Parts: sequence; structure tokens; C-alpha cells
Amino acid sequence: MAIFLDENSRIVVQGMTGSEGQKHTRRMLASGANVVGGVNARKAGTTVDFDGTSLPVFGSVAEAMGETGANVTVGFVPPAFTKDSVIEAVDAEIPLAVVITEGIAVHDTAAFWAYAQSKKTRIIGPNCPGIISPGKSNAGIIPADITKAGRVGLVSKSGTLTYQMMFELRDFGFSTCVGIGGDPVIGTTHIDCLEAFQDDPDTDAIVMIGEIGGDAEERAAAYIQANVTKPVVGYVAGFTAPEGKTMGHAGAIVSGSSGTAQAKKEALEAAGVRVGKTPSETARLMREILA
Amino acid sequence: MDLFEFQAKQLFAKHGVPVSLGEVATTPDEAQAIAAKIGGVTVVKAQVKIGGRGKAGGVKVAKTPEDAKAHAEQILGMDIKGHTVHRVLVDPGADIQEEYYVSFLLDRANRTFLAMASYEGGMEIEQLAAERPDALAKVPVNAIEGVDLAKAREIATQAKFPAELVDAVAEVLVQLWETFVQEDATLVEVNPLARLGDGRIVALDGKVTLDDNADFRQPDHAQFVDKHATDPLEQKAKEKDLNYVKLDGEVGVIGNGAGLVMSTLDVVAYAGEKHGGVKPANFLDIGGGASAEVMANGLDIILNDPSVRSVFVNVFGGITACDAVANGIVGALETLGDEANKPLVVRLDGNNVLEGRRILTDYAHPLVTLVDTMDDAADRAAKYAADPANAGA
Repeated sequence: MAIFLDENSRIVVQGMTGSEGQKHTRRMLASGANVVGGVNARKAGTTVDFDGTSLPVFGSVAEAMGETGANVTVGFVPPAFTKDSVIEAVDAEIPLAVVITEGIAVHDTAAFWAYAQSKKTRIIGPNCPGIISPGKSNAGIIPADITKAGRVGLVSKSGTLTYQMMFELRDFGFSTCVGIGGDPVIGTTHIDCLEAFQDDPDTDAIVMIGEIGGDAEERAAAYIQANVTKPVVGYVAGFTAPEGKTMGHAGAIVSGSSGTAQAKKEALEAAGVRVGKTPSETARLMREILA
Repeated sequence: MDLFEFQAKQLFAKHGVPVSLGEVATTPDEAQAIAAKIGGVTVVKAQVKIGGRGKAGGVKVAKTPEDAKAHAEQILGMDIKGHTVHRVLVDPGADIQEEYYVSFLLDRANRTFLAMASYEGGMEIEQLAAERPDALAKVPVNAIEGVDLAKAREIATQAKFPAELVDAVAEVLVQLWETFVQEDATLVEVNPLARLGDGRIVALDGKVTLDDNADFRQPDHAQFVDKHATDPLEQKAKEKDLNYVKLDGEVGVIGNGAGLVMSTLDVVAYAGEKHGGVKPANFLDIGGGASAEVMANGLDIILNDPSVRSVFVNVFGGITACDAVANGIVGALETLGDEANKPLVVRLDGNNVLEGRRILTDYAHPLVTLVDTMDDAADRAAKYAADPANAGA
């Protein structure tokens, strides 16, 4: 088992014919992921060659699903067209849509999120590195060679901190690592991942990485206290971030006294989560638990 | 991006929200001329992107154009909570009968939009929410359904507007929603929305925050960028397409990925506690690419910051290979020559790390120190920054 993504995942790539889409489709294939095709209405019927693997391009997500049995879509569609591409995926009722694209207007994200409510598609992202279940599948841009399959679950707002934590605990390995993204509105949250990891028999312990902005970490802390019995260690980035400045991620902003790293750390600690001062210290805390 | 009041009200007017809007002055003489043109009583208002202007003496009623000039003299150049006043808005005086509050905003926690409204205005919204929560209606707005007249009436009714005012307020709400959506705003706020003596409902003040991610379809928003407020280094970084935020410490920071760079700042500040309290000097995310050119541009900005005493380059090669990053650093140092005059602590890990470290070891630049882990590298960079020998340009 793993969460959201496993050896049965069959991936289509929306935007596979673009430069980012091609680059990362090649990387996903190289890491062993079962990528079965791409979607681009204007290039339907063509194929794209990836070092000997020829992948068909379909006119729509629905067509790709019908032809290949795809159950995951990964999107590299430019920001101006992302909303329509996600709505198309939701209409096709694909179980998982991973939205990598950065720089989407929040009105667009709010719209496709609202549209997906009460529908069948789980959305991960946008502005995220995607999800990897090492040794099983890889949907997005997370490097597959950092670590191996193991029994730690990881959920993080940040891409590079995901990689850093996978690297710190590379000898233990991970069941699934989910980069949920740093935008103000995202599909899958810390809480969704905590719930899934709690229910996943192949996950023994969870690392949760947050950052300034919003109150997702505070709400995750409350969720952990009430529902999670597996050990959780946490890390929060942005203690030194000044008020009112966006720190790289569109959602990473302290507004007045809300969204501070200190408040998030305190909430997590109050819920019994041990919080590291640095990524390395966080990894050490996890090592103590796993030892 | 937050807008000034006058910019917010310009956007409101564009979308049919009734406003009371005069003109902007940057000198007392201009303020006088505008007041004379408007005629009668005017209000001279400091244009700063922070609340509490009135209490700070940044809003003054002028009976005559000469009054307006005198007030502008006083207000221009004033410091309000760290914001210098460069402009005043001279508005027509208003015969206020009642003051209300209305806004639309992005509700991150619920991943939807929220209407907030109150029949009881005239105070800061935080104060109203804290002291009279019952008086403040909070109505979720579905991003797809939006706000039509029926929804607007529902909001106005929940905000306890009396029946005879509901329709008039609802009309304003519909126009305000149009502003919110069509301008890609994450906040539009009117405080106060006022009922005047002649019965009109008018926005007397406005606050708007725009979504920078929507700039690609909002070309008109470029005009709102405030050149005065932008730090010169931030301005330069923006021209080079670098994601840079100036901070007030001594350790320059370059890294890849927003989360890792935020974390690097924290680790530097944490290490700095042991080295005389040195702190990070900036946030700089060079993203995935990390080419020699991007690295050179980044180093150039950081070394031009006179408070920087050491630089910490912290890269985890995920998609980027560390040898490419190392070549970027070498290329940057070659480009910068003698301008690279501060110790550079480099931590590389991840994809192709051994080759990356070998490149820097072979290059053997006297200012470059390679350190294996992020925590140790931060400690070294903080130690260098605390060394008085590295002070000065």
C-alpha cells in the first residue's frame, strides 16, 4: 500500500508535448512510472518518443482514460489554461489530478476547486512537485533517486524541503511523499494526507512540513490531536519572514499576526507533535522514533 | 500587491461602484489647486498602505483651498507606522449620515470567497469583529456561482441593513463583486461605505489587494506598482527576474526553492544566535535552473547589499544537477572578478553532488568554503558574518 498513488497507477500527462511536460515525462518514465500517454487536443493522434518509448497523444482526458485505463493525470499546462484542463480532468472523473503548474491566478484555482466539490477527482496542487510512492509510481517532478521505498509518510508544502527530507531519511525510505503545494488554495491538504497515512498499513510514522501563511498547520495540529495515533514529527519554515512579504510561494505570507511560523509550531507542539528547529533536527527526531 | 486608497477607488469607479474621489497631490500647491477645483469642503488624506491613518493625523478636513495646502504640508513626508507619505488624496467633503462596512475576500481556510458586511461601520474591521461579532455578517460565496442581486440581498440582510436600504446596498455589492472578479483581487474592502445626506450610498475609502499571479491577464495592473516603496535591490532583482526579498541581517542567502530558502533563513538566524546575533540579509530563490548567469545575477545583487558580510549558497540538487550549480558558481565568480569580495559558504547536496563538490574544490577560490551539511554551513556563514574583518564594502 501507499497513499493516493501505487503500482496500479496509470498516468497521462496533460501538456506532455510542451518542453516541461516532455522533460518530466521522460524523468517519470526513467523512474519506472507507468506513463501511458499524453493529452493535447491540437496534437491528438500523434505520438511522442521518449528514448524508445513511444507514447500516444489523446484529444482529451476522457479519451485517454478510455483507451489506456489511465487513472492519474499530471498537468504541466501553462497557467492561463490550467483551469480548463483541470475541469476537463474532473469531468472525465479521473480519480487523481496532480497539478504541477506554478503561477495560477487564485480565482482560477478557487473556481476549479469549487467545481470539483462533490465530484470524483482528488486534486493535488497546484504549484507543487507532485507525489511519489518510491518503487511503485511517481506522478510529477520529484526526483526518484533520492530515496527508496520505506515506511515513513511525508507531506509538505514545499518541493525542495520535500527533497531535503527524503534525503535526510534516505536510509529509512518512504511509503509516499506528497508535495501539496504552496499556493493559498490547494486541492489536497495536510489533513487529507494525515488521514490517509493514518489508514495506510505501510506507513509507520509521518513527517509533516509546513510554512508561513494561512492556518493549514494549525488545523492539521487539531486533526492530529483528535485522529492520528501514528507518531508525527513536524517542521515549519519561515520564522524569519517579515510581515506582509510573499516569500517565493504565493501562499507564503504573514498577514498581520496571522500565519506565523511560531504560531504553527506552538499549535503542533500543543498537539504532541515534536517540531525540529532545522530540517536535519527534524530528521533526527524521526530517527529517534524509528530506532 | 496592495493598492493605495486612490487606486482602489479608481478600480471601484471603473466597475460602477459609487465613490467619492478627488485627485492625488504630491505637493502642497497641487493639493491647494485640487481643493480649489473641487470647491467647498475637502478632505486631505495620506496615501499609505497601512491602517490607522486617521489616528496618526494623516486625514484632515479642509474648509478652504488654503487649509488643504496647510494640511498637505503637514501630511506629506509624515511617517505612519514606518510608511512615508509621498502623496495625499484630496477628496470632496462628504455629508455622512451613516457608515457601513462591506468586503469580499479570499477565504484560504475554506478555499472559497467570503463576503463580510455590517450595518455598523465606522471602526476598524478587526475591532468590529472582536467587539461586536454579531454585527458582522460573514457569508461564503461560491467561486463559480458568484454574487448576483439575490445573493447580494442575502448578504445585506444578514448584515442587518434595514429593509429600505437592502436594495441600494445590494447594488453596490454586485458592482464590488464585479471589481473583485474582473480585477483578480484577493480583497476588496469598503470602510466606510457611507449614506450621504442626499441619500446616495458611496465608498469613501477603499482597500484592494491584487493577485500577482494574474498579472499575465491584467496588463493594466503594472501601473499600480509603487516605485517609491520598492527597495532598490528588490527593484534590480525584479528586473533580472529574481525572486528576492531584502531583509535586515548580514548573511546573504541564495538557494533553490522557496521552502528551502525560507528554511535556510531560519537556520542562519538560529546559527547566528551563537555568533553575536547575525541574521539573514535576504531571501533569494534562484529556482530550478541555477545557470551561471542566474547565479551571477543573484550574487551580484547580494554583494551590492552593503550590510552583507558573508554569503551562504544552499542548493539541493533535485532536478538541477549539482555540477551545473557548481559551474554556475564558478562562472559567477569569473564574471564578478574583484567584486566578489565576501566569504562564500557553499552547501551542495543531491543530484550529482560529488562532481559538483569536485568542481568547486578544483577551482579552489580563496573565498569559497564547501561545507557538507546545511546546519554546519549556516554556522560557518554566521561565523564569517560576525567577523569584523568582513565588514565594510
